[in-house]
Amino acid sequence: MAKSGKTDTAAPPNRPGLTFHVPEPPFRPGDAVDYSFLDIPPPDRIPRPDETVEARQVHDLAYGLVRVLGDDHEASGSWDPRLDPAMLLRMLRKMALLRAFDDRMFRAQRQGKTSFYLKSTGEEAVAIGAALALDREDMCFPSYRQQGILLARDYPLVRMIDQIYSNRDDPLFGRQLPILYSAREYGFFTLSGNLTTQYPQAVGWAMASAAKGDTRIAATWCGEGSTSEGDFHNALTFAAVYNAPCVFNVVNNQYAISTYPGFAGSERTTFAARAIGYGIPGIRVDGNDILAVWSATRWAADRARLNLGPTLIELFTYRAEAHSTSDDPSVYRSAQERQEWPLGDPITRLKRHCIARGIWDLERQEAMDLEVASEVASAQKEAETHGILGHGLHQPDTTMFQDVFEHMPWHLREQCEQAIRERALKWPERP
Amino acid sequence: MTASMTMTQALNSALAVMMARDDGVMVLGEDVGYFGGVFRVTAGLQEKFGKHRCFDTPITECGIIGAAIGMAAYGLRPVPEIQFADYIYPGLDQIISEAARIRYRSAGDFTCPITIRLPFGGGIFGGQTHSQSPESLFTHISGVKTVVPSNPHDAKGLLIAAIEDNDPVIFMEPKRCYNGPFDGYYDRPAKSWAGHPDAEVDEGYYRVPLGKARIVREGQDLTVLAYGTMVHVTRQVLAEHGIDGELIDLRTLVPLDIETIETSVKKTGRCMIVHEATRTSGFGAELSALVQERCFYHLEAPIERVTGFDTPYPHSLEWSYFPGPIRIGEALARLMRG
Ligand SMILES: Cc1ncc(C[n+]2csc(CCOP(=O)(O)OP(=O)(O)O)c2C)c(N)n1
Repeated sequence: MAKSGKTDTAAPPNRPGLTFHVPEPPFRPGDAVDYSFLDIPPPDRIPRPDETVEARQVHDLAYGLVRVLGDDHEASGSWDPRLDPAMLLRMLRKMALLRAFDDRMFRAQRQGKTSFYLKSTGEEAVAIGAALALDREDMCFPSYRQQGILLARDYPLVRMIDQIYSNRDDPLFGRQLPILYSAREYGFFTLSGNLTTQYPQAVGWAMASAAKGDTRIAATWCGEGSTSEGDFHNALTFAAVYNAPCVFNVVNNQYAISTYPGFAGSERTTFAARAIGYGIPGIRVDGNDILAVWSATRWAADRARLNLGPTLIELFTYRAEAHSTSDDPSVYRSAQERQEWPLGDPITRLKRHCIARGIWDLERQEAMDLEVASEVASAQKEAETHGILGHGLHQPDTTMFQDVFEHMPWHLREQCEQAIRERALKWPERP
Repeated sequence: MTASMTMTQALNSALAVMMARDDGVMVLGEDVGYFGGVFRVTAGLQEKFGKHRCFDTPITECGIIGAAIGMAAYGLRPVPEIQFADYIYPGLDQIISEAARIRYRSAGDFTCPITIRLPFGGGIFGGQTHSQSPESLFTHISGVKTVVPSNPHDAKGLLIAAIEDNDPVIFMEPKRCYNGPFDGYYDRPAKSWAGHPDAEVDEGYYRVPLGKARIVREGQDLTVLAYGTMVHVTRQVLAEHGIDGELIDLRTLVPLDIETIETSVKKTGRCMIVHEATRTSGFGAELSALVQERCFYHLEAPIERVTGFDTPYPHSLEWSYFPGPIRIGEALARLMRG
């Protein structure tokens, strides 16, 4: 068989042969980790501009790093939202709850109670901070790693676990992979397993809201790896063209599955800077500083509400654990990264800040940790009375055929009868 | 020299053999480089051939396939991996409007020798976006070939033939069979490939030609047309029912080995088609039409199609969805009565 290459290899003289570049992450398993190459500015290196500023005047925001909490755990600078203690403690509690929930559900998967789980450990500030800065009525088009939005909006934990277990109370009838929630009443769009599809959808929702003279805005999230998909760019183009009231979030947690952000273009520029080419503001934010996340989100939301259109926010953070229960990061990254991560842990940072402000102490923290853990445990216990993932015994087979269409056509009715017959043969004792 | 290999290892071996023989063979895709792929098919290739021959890509299926087409236009033989068949949809325009038509629209001025690898099929509790069998989307396109191996030996030989083929090939890997031949009984201990005759794989170069089906089991009572995982499932069901069926593993859907099919159906007079994909406009519809057109006067019973249901692939009900032993058994009974 012919080898490949009916190629014209005769290079003109005096020209170097071309090469292409394959990015290489800074660290691999076993490597010593040193993040000193990251520029971590103090709070307020770039002060907060007025919301009405023109996009072209704030290019530097896309290359900086908005921070509020300094290394001394004090909040300072013009981005400090000066939230009241109640709000700070609410943030702290929601993040702790999210971490406890993730830990417990991860273990539930390991115990065989479900097929899959995906944590957001280390990224809690991203979803909780944004959800608390948005209005409860604003519409979220998240990726699979923003379960924190549901927690921030007080979605019942039991229902989340019902979904994770695909049990008989699962609001999605066991149809979806665990964690791919849908919660319209909570402003949480049905999650797809396919990356970045939610981005242009958020823009469409925002345009529709604007078309109706509504006041609600849309917000959407994707990982930095997902910015490579065409839908990311489709969304930004649409939003820029129609000045859609939409907040775009790119969660740069340093990993797609095994690949680092260099494979999404981070060697040349920031993800926030993607905004510049579209003529919209881009802000790069310390994603482990919940006050910075809140503040940047509110800035972008205010712009959208003032009919000043879309903003892109990059949340710079670190995926502290595996991509999902199907992944083992020790084979592609250095175990030392997590402890060396220069932006710390979002919960620890807010905790220290609250202590420094005199509104919190370690005793109360300990009590709260126990409370959230038991809150999760009792939700889990209740959900388990509705069943854990079984081989389809929790849902009647009819649920498989419902909602394909509004009305079931003849061929699905026939297939449904077939499925019911098969079940009766397979499990005569459990119709 | 032969060795016992899983399908994953056999595919890896095919890639390694071809990368060694031809420096225009490039492996690219999400997580295929340093990590070696989420299913481990490309494990070790980057280490062996360097990161300019086997590399990670940005997460854009459209970009991956488009870039592969460009590499092929230059004269290379790229082998892109799409992490799950379910994620190929953003790349469909590059396949349908581009890869499939480049030879035709340029009258052979440009060609597109790319092999797009797609792990497909359900049975891993993957829900609707890790379970689909989209083969009929590709068989419906003029200008791409569609190949589906069912065992390690064929997987290697077919992948080598696909890479050497001068046209675009969609190479669909039944992920439920990566580690063993799945017989449809998810509730029994999983079988491995160890000791299976089709898992004895030549460690060197060999081809299994595209467009040639394989008669897995000769028989007189009826003809079964299957591919991928369903070959193993139907084989088990035939044995359970003690039916002397002729089981044909199609191996290539386009171009189809119509001769083998026609000869068999004319001999047995009965035909059952089995696939995991949804029923309506599935590849079974095409097979059924062909058999009817060519063997009508030899048929002693209506052709049976056993398929997945016309719903998205459900998570918890996946074994109710899967065309398993009961569904196949019922169709067999109808066919043998007829
Ligand atoms: C269209 C599509 N392609 C590929 C995948 C497989 N996949 C799932 S998650 C993932 C990595 C995403 O990384 P990133 O966007 O950085 O988000 P993160 O998981 O880090 O939150 C990949 C490649 C998918 N789900 N959808």
